[in-house]
Amino acid sequence: MSELRYTANTQLEQLHSRYTGTGHADTTKYEWLTHQHRDTLASIIGHPPLLGYVSIADGECQARERFELIEKMVQPCGKPPGKTDE
Amino acid sequence: MSEERPTLQTYTAPQDILDEHAELADQDDAPDVFEDNARSKQVAARQSDYHNRRFNRVDGQGEGEDERYEDRMRRINLQKEEERIRRHKEQMEKDKTEDEKMVLDDKTPPRALAGDDTPPRAIAGGDTPPRETTPPKKRRRWDVEEEVKQEPGVEAVAPKRKSRWDQTPSDTAPEIKKSRWDQTPAASAPTSVITSTPSIGGVMMVEDKRYRRMTDEELDGLLPGGEEGYEVVPVPHDYQPAPSVRKMVPAQTEHGFMMQDDSDAAKARSAAGGIQGSQEQTEIEGIGTLQFLKPEDTQYFAKVLGEGGGEDDDSSYTLEELKERKIMRLLLKIKNGTPPIRKTALRQITDRAREFGAGPLFDKILPLLMERTLEDQERHLLVKVIDRVLYKLDDLVRPYVHKILVVIEPLLIDEDYYARVEGREIISNLAKAAGLAHMISTMRPDIDHVDEYVRNTTARAFSVVASALGIPALLPFLRAVCRSKKSWQARHTGIRIIQQIAIMMGCAVLPHLRNLVDTVADGLQDEQQKVRTMTALSLAALAESAAPYGIESFDNVLKPLWLGIRQHRGKTLAAFLKAIGYIIPLMDPEYAGYYVRECMPILIREFQTSDEEMRRIVLQVIKQCASTEGVTPTYIKEEVLPEFFKAFWVRRMALDKRNYKQLVETTVELAQKAGVSEIVGRVCNDLKDESEPFRKMVMETVTKVIASIGAADVDERLEQLLIDGIIFAFQEQTLEDTIMLDGFATVVNALGDRVKPYLPQIVSMILWRLTNKSAKVRMLAADLTTRLAPIIKSSGEDNLLSKLGVVIFEQLGEEYPDALGSLIAAEGAIANVVGMTQMNPPVKDLREYRTKANIADNLVPRMTPILRNRHEKVQEATINLIGRIADRGAEFVPAKEWMRICFELLDLLKAHKKAIRRAAVNSFGYIAKAIGPQDVLSVLLTNLKVQERQSRVCSTVAIAIVSETCGPFTCIPAILNEYRTPELNVRNGCLKALAFVFEYVGEMSKDYIHSVVGLLEDALTDRDHVHRQTACAIVKHLAVGVAGLGYEEALTHLLNLVWPNIFETSPHVIGGVMDAIEAMRLGVGSGPVLSYVLQGLFHPARRVREVYWRMYNTLILGASDAMVPFYPNLGSAADLASGQDYTRHELMMWV
Repeated sequence: MSELRYTANTQLEQLHSRYTGTGHADTTKYEWLTHQHRDTLASIIGHPPLLGYVSIADGECQARERFELIEKMVQPCGKPPGKTDE
Repeated sequence: MSEERPTLQTYTAPQDILDEHAELADQDDAPDVFEDNARSKQVAARQSDYHNRRFNRVDGQGEGEDERYEDRMRRINLQKEEERIRRHKEQMEKDKTEDEKMVLDDKTPPRALAGDDTPPRAIAGGDTPPRETTPPKKRRRWDVEEEVKQEPGVEAVAPKRKSRWDQTPSDTAPEIKKSRWDQTPAASAPTSVITSTPSIGGVMMVEDKRYRRMTDEELDGLLPGGEEGYEVVPVPHDYQPAPSVRKMVPAQTEHGFMMQDDSDAAKARSAAGGIQGSQEQTEIEGIGTLQFLKPEDTQYFAKVLGEGGGEDDDSSYTLEELKERKIMRLLLKIKNGTPPIRKTALRQITDRAREFGAGPLFDKILPLLMERTLEDQERHLLVKVIDRVLYKLDDLVRPYVHKILVVIEPLLIDEDYYARVEGREIISNLAKAAGLAHMISTMRPDIDHVDEYVRNTTARAFSVVASALGIPALLPFLRAVCRSKKSWQARHTGIRIIQQIAIMMGCAVLPHLRNLVDTVADGLQDEQQKVRTMTALSLAALAESAAPYGIESFDNVLKPLWLGIRQHRGKTLAAFLKAIGYIIPLMDPEYAGYYVRECMPILIREFQTSDEEMRRIVLQVIKQCASTEGVTPTYIKEEVLPEFFKAFWVRRMALDKRNYKQLVETTVELAQKAGVSEIVGRVCNDLKDESEPFRKMVMETVTKVIASIGAADVDERLEQLLIDGIIFAFQEQTLEDTIMLDGFATVVNALGDRVKPYLPQIVSMILWRLTNKSAKVRMLAADLTTRLAPIIKSSGEDNLLSKLGVVIFEQLGEEYPDALGSLIAAEGAIANVVGMTQMNPPVKDLREYRTKANIADNLVPRMTPILRNRHEKVQEATINLIGRIADRGAEFVPAKEWMRICFELLDLLKAHKKAIRRAAVNSFGYIAKAIGPQDVLSVLLTNLKVQERQSRVCSTVAIAIVSETCGPFTCIPAILNEYRTPELNVRNGCLKALAFVFEYVGEMSKDYIHSVVGLLEDALTDRDHVHRQTACAIVKHLAVGVAGLGYEEALTHLLNLVWPNIFETSPHVIGGVMDAIEAMRLGVGSGPVLSYVLQGLFHPARRVREVYWRMYNTLILGASDAMVPFYPNLGSAADLASGQDYTRHELMMWV
């Protein structure tokens, strides 16, 4: 790690444990995008008009849609890529 | 009278005052035992004997890795056995001499006369026979295992206070005060300094003369005998006399003649400039500039100092030796070097820690920390090295855990808070690096160590480990330790660990409360008294940190605690009462009431005790009991108060600081239940007591009671007594503090208009005292005027106020600065309540000057020269008064006078005290408002050219305030113009002023953003990084100010100029840049900023990625939801093929 560890990123560990979605220089594309997807899903659920819109588009009731979106947050982008990738 | 006296430019205390103070200092014959210690920077010299017991730890020192667990356990057991035999032998010897004496002389020494702290059975009404308790000492730790017992009779007559004169010059005395010059380091291998000291001579047993046994004749001479109605009580048959006192004194190798050594150390010393070492900066070849070099250092670092120590001689050494020399050089640089040298060395040692290896590093660092001459700063730096190195070494540190603990544990009981924090930090990092299992196996042998000191520090270290690795992980181990059958020391330490956990972690123990309580619960019925005491103390600590929750967890211990307070006496009883005191506030009201009534008789019995610790605990428990809901006012009034006042409201209580505080707190708490008149009525006669500390204590209690409950309950008679007492106490005051003043003000304000009849009396007292001979009396009178001015005004006594104003105005020639400051403040307070227009400080003719122009003609011209006074209190009071006049009555003073004041104010911008600078800066604003900004502004802008940074900074703030009060349009053109000056300080000052302007004016900046863009373009592209930093601050305030007002195009332009600075390394600059970018998140929105950030998140260079991720993280923290629509669409066929679908399908839906 570079010297930034002593100046800028001193509290990185705490930051990560406190706020999900924050990243660091070694964050992979998969991790980053997974967080984006979760943010997106959470945002839809958190804005009821948006949730209504999506549920109409999906043809589901809002509660069902909500449930499915939450379920989807587990692995929104599918399985993590194998280690060989990196 | 002020006319006669010449006005002085500067004031100093007159000679008679100085003499008086010197005399006072001499008179104060109470010996200050800490005086010598405080002067010393050396840690070991300053600390108590208890702290210095760390040097007795011979285990875990020396080079090499830790011993094996089995070896340590074997050695510890051996030590225990030795200790047991030693005590047994002493006991035998003692018994023998006692027996002989008994036969010779049938008169038995009186049994601990003052020793038994609990009152005799008849008073107490207890049903247990008095227990043998140890005699009181001045400072005794609760739980120290007392290896040294003293003759009870001797202690009873010996003066408790330890002063100089009664110390027999003992053999040990010269050991403490020792100057450097006579120490010649022994000619031994330099690294074995520490290990050799204890082992060379071992320890010698020295009989201390001061603790010599007193003969019966001496005792008969000292103590009252049969004629006075006393009798000598026979020795009880179960009395076991303690072994005679033996002090451990290390053998002194330094005394006597020493052969001159020819070793490396001597050479190093001569190379470093003479035998003494030096206190000045020294340039050492191969090391660099050192701030100092002590003789111990020359010895320790001999290998790298002196001949053959330089780096060019390194060619002939093996790799291991090279490492060692490198480490020593770095350590010397860190410990003694100048800051820049220290910094680079610290970085080097951190970066190469794994390369050096744990062994060589700790072999060098740890002995340094055990050096007796270690100073605070050195210790801090070495601890810092350990911290950094630990982080790097990680699990490599394991073989050295015990050695590190031996050195670091003493920090946990250091009196310096920061040392304790550092110690905790290191041990917690150590625990994380070494792991729980290793920590436990390392510290296990110390849990039942023979030395109480070792057990104490180990317990604290364990509590740190618990907080680092979590309580649940440690619980099984703690449970086993607390139930150890083998030794009570282990149980004692285990319970103490839990106490320390509670103290350290606070409410974080709540989830594990029941487990922790159950773990210690058995200790309440332990056969060892010390274990019972410690259990009660740890229950108290647990209850304290759990408050107000968790009563259900204490169910199991309530009954034993209850039985305990009936069975125990002395220290154990105190501990049990403490535990109950902390548990009662957790209970439901009806239970609490019941329990309070149950334990009150015991508390009331203990009112009589002479043990100070017990008295404090009783007070504490009474306070806690009184604050519970279940206790009724009648109960308190009838059962508690009479006894309470009889036992505690005595003069003696006011003399000890801790007693004083506790008594005041408890009385205030009782007043909450019993009411004001009940308490104040009882104490207010004592306001006329002859002891001043006692009067002070009464006054503080009255103040606090009345401040919290009010004076509505005070009837007319009490009111008279109270005012009378307060006036008396105020007049008799000699100590310098604000308690009397605060009390006076609080009571008078609480009484409100009921005080009106007393005002003439009070004011005439003030007037009389304003002309007193003593400066302190004048000052107090003026201070009192300041406090009372509002209430005098609201009582409608304007003529009294006016009289006060006139007298104080006449007194402004006062020469004592403290008194002068108070007088000006009083004048200010009067001016504040009566208003500028009615303010009336006439000088010549009352009729002529009773006009609105009075201030202009009199007060302000009078104040201007006083502004030049250098005393802080005077400056502050004056500037406040002038500021107030400028604010409310500026029109009465001619503009020329204000300009003169402006120039005087510039000097005040350099003041050390922040309050003065702030008041001065605010005054600029008021004056600018009164006489227009132009002149003031030109004064301030010119001031940007001066050298002192502080003065410039304050000018910029003042400019910003002027622009806030007079409108930004009056200032910004002038600032822009001034920025063209080709001078660094001025331009920086202009930028800073602009930053403050935009910070203060907020939304108003929208009208000026386009005007300053040009300036910002220039500043942000300047070569000087401070320019850019300040410009970033301007951008930040601008962006926040105009957010949402439609200035995105200008802000984007600015963001483009800020952005290239993101790779700055200076912490201030990078901080400013990051702030500006974060402000842009508000100014231009998080989406556009995200698009900037996306560019570098996956840059090939780590240095770039780190910066970009940092910005991304701040975006996430601030606006994670707002960024959802702006994330790029990254779905691709390649990813889909390998199983990841990155398309956000929800956003593609369309109805």
